[in-house]
Amino acid sequence: MTNTDQLQTAESRFTRISRSTITAMIPVIGAIVIGGLLLMTLGRNPFVFFGNMIDHGLISSLGRQETLIRMAPLLLIASGLMIAFPAGIWNLGTDGQFVMGGVVVAALGPEMAPHVNGFVLFLTLFVVGFAVGAIWSLVPAILKAWYGINEIISTLMLTFIGLRFSALLVKEYFFDPETTVPQTRVLAVADRLPRMFSSRVHIGLVVGLVAIIAVHFMMRKTAFGLRLQIVGMNPKAAVHAGMKMKPLTIAIFTLSSGFAGLAAAVNVAGVDGVVRAEWNPAIGLLVVPLVFLARFHAASVIAFIAAFAVFQVGGESASRKSDIPNFMVLVMVGLLLIFMALGEYMQLRSSRKHQS
Amino acid sequence: MNGLFSEIFISSLISGGVIAGIPLIYAGLGEAISERAGVLNVGLEGMMIGGAYGGFVGGLSFNSTWLGLICGALTGMIISLFMVVLCVRLNSNQIVVGIAITLGAEGVTALLHGAIYADTYPRVPTVQQVAIPLLSDIPILGPGLFNHHLSAYLAVIFVLFVSWVLKSTGIGLSIKAAGDQPHALEAAGGDVHRTRTIAVLSTGLLAGFGGAFIVLVGAGLFVPFVTNGKGFIAIVLAMLVRGRVKWIIVAAVLFGMSLSLTTALQLAGIDIPIDLVLMLPFVLIIIVLFVFGRRSYLPAALALPYDREQH
Repeated sequence: MTNTDQLQTAESRFTRISRSTITAMIPVIGAIVIGGLLLMTLGRNPFVFFGNMIDHGLISSLGRQETLIRMAPLLLIASGLMIAFPAGIWNLGTDGQFVMGGVVVAALGPEMAPHVNGFVLFLTLFVVGFAVGAIWSLVPAILKAWYGINEIISTLMLTFIGLRFSALLVKEYFFDPETTVPQTRVLAVADRLPRMFSSRVHIGLVVGLVAIIAVHFMMRKTAFGLRLQIVGMNPKAAVHAGMKMKPLTIAIFTLSSGFAGLAAAVNVAGVDGVVRAEWNPAIGLLVVPLVFLARFHAASVIAFIAAFAVFQVGGESASRKSDIPNFMVLVMVGLLLIFMALGEYMQLRSSRKHQS
Repeated sequence: MNGLFSEIFISSLISGGVIAGIPLIYAGLGEAISERAGVLNVGLEGMMIGGAYGGFVGGLSFNSTWLGLICGALTGMIISLFMVVLCVRLNSNQIVVGIAITLGAEGVTALLHGAIYADTYPRVPTVQQVAIPLLSDIPILGPGLFNHHLSAYLAVIFVLFVSWVLKSTGIGLSIKAAGDQPHALEAAGGDVHRTRTIAVLSTGLLAGFGGAFIVLVGAGLFVPFVTNGKGFIAIVLAMLVRGRVKWIIVAAVLFGMSLSLTTALQLAGIDIPIDLVLMLPFVLIIIVLFVFGRRSYLPAALALPYDREQH
């Protein structure tokens, strides 16, 4: 390879990366502009709002710790989606899988904690959280694998069922008799996940990062991951290639929703320590656009989730200061998705122009 | 007299079932149209919540239930424009856009409501019920089924009208062709994009009307996330009736009854954990999917964008 060739490859690699960064940034900028306009129509100063947001989510030390803590469950949910979406499975029920996993872990933790050491406790809670999350997608998985029924609706329905069922569990079986509000017993602060760097950030963040990177390589470098990609791109071709669709479908659902359950286990054992009836953080659907924006690439997923966590943490206090209800994040995610769809179209059109 | 067979239980179950079922009829009917045309509208929940808020604001400003309902329908239609532009014209992924519409509409309405009405929580004008003579005098069933706001009866007329349009008119034929054989429609001189645009706009209109009905006729006030999954239930109903749209009425009222079961049970003095009862409609959906799902009919080109340049 000559020098000029190398230079050209380097250059085209650079333009490719910068181009894909720009494509990923357009939706973000679009969402901020439209979100700002919405704030203005409500008579709020968008610059003050977004300024407060960055200040509390990123610049202040306490806010930054909170941002890192929030990233842990988001990363784990994203890991599950990075398996399901490329395989063509629309697991939109992560919120229900999350809540069910969290409730069982919250009930089990304080019972176990006095009898076992930390390592056994956390390992058990993680496995149980994963298993409960996976079980919560079993019905949609069977409906999909055996009857070919669209999983979008069935997973969403299981979320609605899970929210009520988990509330029922807390009120009727898992409640702490010593409190007046229906909630589980509290996992003592000393029994929670160990913290890092003498901060409030617990090791759940590491679990999340490891999961994202592991899934990234599993999907790209292993035979199993390759199979899932083929199933997602062309199910008919996958059948022709002799792949057994039923076990594969079950495996995709199990892994993807197991990660949602694990996310809850990490959050309960790491920060919450307790679950109340009617608990629903509803972060699962919010992760959906992030993994798409990142095109299922580990580094981009981590970057987008970090930005999103800043937004979540900063948005809460900025909303309080601007005296508006804390729904800006929801609005922004909707806007992100819409601009993402637009960006996708523009890219397609420009590549077509390029060809012709 | 208390218990499951008391008059108060049955009549409140039926009356509540109709009130909860009517929005499902409107939204399910809308979804049926767009599914026939090949557009899977996951944004139905968002169009309903948009219609609910639009209807709430309209009903308050004009102090009129009917004008509120019309405002709700228009809001739903405006939201469906996103689906038209992105999915029908620009061929974006229908599911991603559907989720975007739902999350975005939930967020915007909750934000607007919180910023404007959270201190006052105003109530919309009270509705005028119209009892149908003779029918409403039937014991037990009559008052529950035949004593409602006029817009409830209108749902039935809409279903019959859409059923006729799909079966017997040119535009109905085009809609079905756009879902089953889009290329054939184009070859015959039709326009897939225009047909799907009309279908999606009608969906938004009907879903918005249904959402407004929840607020103006049902609840009497707007609260964030007031539609609470009704849009998704309506999508399932549309899938299950398999193009025979008249069945939506029966299915919607049955699901409406399961949605209103809590109130009826409380009135009858039966003590069952409320969460168990609230779970029921969604469990019912899963059971229905298990039993009838295999035979549910979906158009061949559903959720597939139509791109002239690729053919």
